[in-house]
Amino acid sequence: MRTLISDVLIIGAGLAGERAAIASAQAGLDVTMLSLVPPRRSHSAAAQGGMQASLGNSVKGKGDNPTVHWLDTVKGSDWGADQEVARIFADNAPIAMREMAHFGVPWNRVEGGPRDVYIKGKKTTIVEDDANEGLITARDFGGTAKWRTCYTADGTGHTVLYAMDNLAVQLDITIHDRMEALCLIHEDGVCIGAIVRSLRDGEILAYLAKATAIATGGYGRLYGESTNAIINEGTGSWLALQTGLVPLGNMEAVQFHPTGIVPTDILVTEGCRGDGGLLLDVDGYRFMPEYEPEKQELASRDVVSRRMKQHILKGKGVQSSYGEHLWLDLRHLGEEHLTTKLREVYDICMFFIGVNPIKELIPVRPTQHYSMGGIRVNKDGHAYGMKGLFALGEVACWDMHGFNRLGGNSLAETVVAGMVVGNKIADYAKTAELNANVSLAEKFGKEQTDLIQHLLTNSGTEDVYALRDEIAELLKDHVHIFRTGEGLEKAVTGLKEILGRLKNVRVKAQAPGMNPELSQALRIEGMAKQAYIIAKGALLRTESRGAHTREDYPARDDKNWLNRTLASWKIGADEPEFNYEPVGPLDLPPGDRGYGGGQMIDMDLSLEEYNAKVDVEQKALGKHTTSDPIGVSLPKEAWREESPYKDAK
Amino acid sequence: MARTLTFKIFRYNPTKENDEPHIDTFELEETPRLNLFTALHRIREKQAPDLMYDFVCRAGICGSCAMMINGRPTLACRTLTADLADTIELYPLPFFKLLGDLSVDTGVWFHDMAKRLESWIHTTKEFDPTAEEERMDNATANKIYESERCIECGCCVAACATAQVYPDFLGAAGLNRVGRFMFDPRDTRGEQEWFELVSTDIGVFGCIGMMACDDVCPKDLPLLEVFSYIRRKMNSGVKVAVTEMDLT
Repeated sequence: MRTLISDVLIIGAGLAGERAAIASAQAGLDVTMLSLVPPRRSHSAAAQGGMQASLGNSVKGKGDNPTVHWLDTVKGSDWGADQEVARIFADNAPIAMREMAHFGVPWNRVEGGPRDVYIKGKKTTIVEDDANEGLITARDFGGTAKWRTCYTADGTGHTVLYAMDNLAVQLDITIHDRMEALCLIHEDGVCIGAIVRSLRDGEILAYLAKATAIATGGYGRLYGESTNAIINEGTGSWLALQTGLVPLGNMEAVQFHPTGIVPTDILVTEGCRGDGGLLLDVDGYRFMPEYEPEKQELASRDVVSRRMKQHILKGKGVQSSYGEHLWLDLRHLGEEHLTTKLREVYDICMFFIGVNPIKELIPVRPTQHYSMGGIRVNKDGHAYGMKGLFALGEVACWDMHGFNRLGGNSLAETVVAGMVVGNKIADYAKTAELNANVSLAEKFGKEQTDLIQHLLTNSGTEDVYALRDEIAELLKDHVHIFRTGEGLEKAVTGLKEILGRLKNVRVKAQAPGMNPELSQALRIEGMAKQAYIIAKGALLRTESRGAHTREDYPARDDKNWLNRTLASWKIGADEPEFNYEPVGPLDLPPGDRGYGGGQMIDMDLSLEEYNAKVDVEQKALGKHTTSDPIGVSLPKEAWREESPYKDAK
Repeated sequence: MARTLTFKIFRYNPTKENDEPHIDTFELEETPRLNLFTALHRIREKQAPDLMYDFVCRAGICGSCAMMINGRPTLACRTLTADLADTIELYPLPFFKLLGDLSVDTGVWFHDMAKRLESWIHTTKEFDPTAEEERMDNATANKIYESERCIECGCCVAACATAQVYPDFLGAAGLNRVGRFMFDPRDTRGEQEWFELVSTDIGVFGCIGMMACDDVCPKDLPLLEVFSYIRRKMNSGVKVAVTEMDLT
């Protein structure tokens, strides 16, 4: 087995991974990036709408600042977020946007003077400040008090990823693409690298490093019907889970985006509604203002998706051979807007479903979109339970999103976490010793080659694609927008049965090389186990918070459930282990989000009592000591200076 | 009546001993709005488990799935079978290294291209995290974005006559990338540097003007406009060079 050594190993070369690699390279470290696909094909490239940062340059962003951004983020999370991490994010987002401008992103800019926009369904003229001409502008997104989403038309992920990868090329960072990490190499709770399979020729290699970071994106493809790229199968979170030592956080927190197109489930950006798009029902009636008079189409995604489903259940959906859907109306935005600022959306509609959004309505329905859960890390991005292992971006549960993330906050998270966690990774690698334990690498390598041999020669008859589809069906049927105890029991039972059948998977394709069926077979255990954790975690959480909606437990229960689910799976165990930790230090007390309605059960602890137990309980579950003490990045009660609290008694 | 489609697919696995390039034929029932992403997955999952091809976003955004579809390079994910005849011939893109069947190594070629062209902002300015961003006029941002929209699918290079003869030719994707940085006021490269980069027969003067690239580009990039911009710039560059020669 070939063994390659570097200071830092980054698994995943989307935006978060590349930004972290750049931080290490700039610190003079030798970095290797691995990626399933060429970096520019990563799913980051598909992000359309933009990145939230409180630059406040547009007139509709006037008065914005990191505190307001933080407030929106914490409310959006339904108080499930770590408020300190959300603060670190909000504070650094403006710097990250400017840095990306410096790296070459052609952000759309403020043009001084009047222009017509659509706000809450009405054509309105706004006047941009001439003094801000040429600064980075922003558009409106859901769940925000200000226009804060920086963008390049509707190709934001693409332009930011290209600028980032240009810099990675300039810094001559080693990239090995078409490589899939199969397991981590670790000993005594310290990670020293990964065993990797080449998707070009099937070679098994060992990569050793002082620090290893996982930045592989989400697990949306477990649902089958998802806006995600087909590579987002939870491969990175599985690397952590299979160690038996690293917990996954809040896996039941799964986001459904209001506007996946029907059929194909391709996303059309929230920017459509941010720019004035409306949701209509079978009668052409605009229903959102009825449910959400304040935010209307621009409530948070969990709320809009729930309202859409609710409206469909009322019999107001549009029947089609692909199931029921609603309409997204962009016609009033006009040809120029749709072929410039929403050009990707226009192309997607024209090419994939033959709908011309200038003249026609777009069929949409809520579709799996984002994984709030993932590898649980501390505020430095250091994984619980394993030294030398970091995670960032969608694969991580850092956790600034809690139970619902705001549109524009995940793309921004990739570059902010890439910067903040990237620096922590570099700091760690600078002082860590290399443990070039080749015999340990051989041991882990042999486990993988044995597994491959087993899959290729097994006498079982289970088809891996059929199993994948069965997992997806169970999640779609029972662990979707609305959940019940009864349905979740069915999912748990069904997934348990699937777990029992995994040993019978046989790979039919015997050809050497890429062997796509073998790749799928190597992923299936991770997919099944993570699906099980999602379903079981959702069953255990007897409340409704953010995107996790229990019809049988409709209230947000801050008395019993203001916590984060941690699931780990000991090697050889039949069942995962579930633990719960405090969400993090609280500064903004739990309250009403201002949209979504719903009941609340109040916490019975004071903030001081809650905060006193955070660090101790988190450390008991594997959190490493952070470089700064807990809470130092969370300024006390800064929110009191901001609307709506400023004028409140 | 649903059609039965016949797929004739190029097969070759370079890692398999004694494998020879050949064509395999598969039949598939057409379903409404079937695209080649779904069709190829159905073939792989039911008929040919070792069939190799590349998809990532399956939404026409990532550029992974370009292939020769009935002789024309384009994105497979957004090609609907309804727009094709009963028999569909699929070949890998020419020019790029073949990894197997329909999968080619566009990633490494584009990475090398980025390196050759120094596809990054050349500036001596350091980033100042405390400073306001440098201003840019929105029209300039939009102009850069127009060229930045390239998804590196490789269709333009696969369709290019010059590229088939001169493997070092930068191709439309490369020249477009040069244009993208020429438009960008943040890039400090001057005329002489651009001239040295692209005024060669593997650069802008290698193009013989057949413009197949422009015909096949799935993103409708303004390639004609970009090429003429670069040529105009280079012609003015030549004058500078001649004047300098006259002086010596």
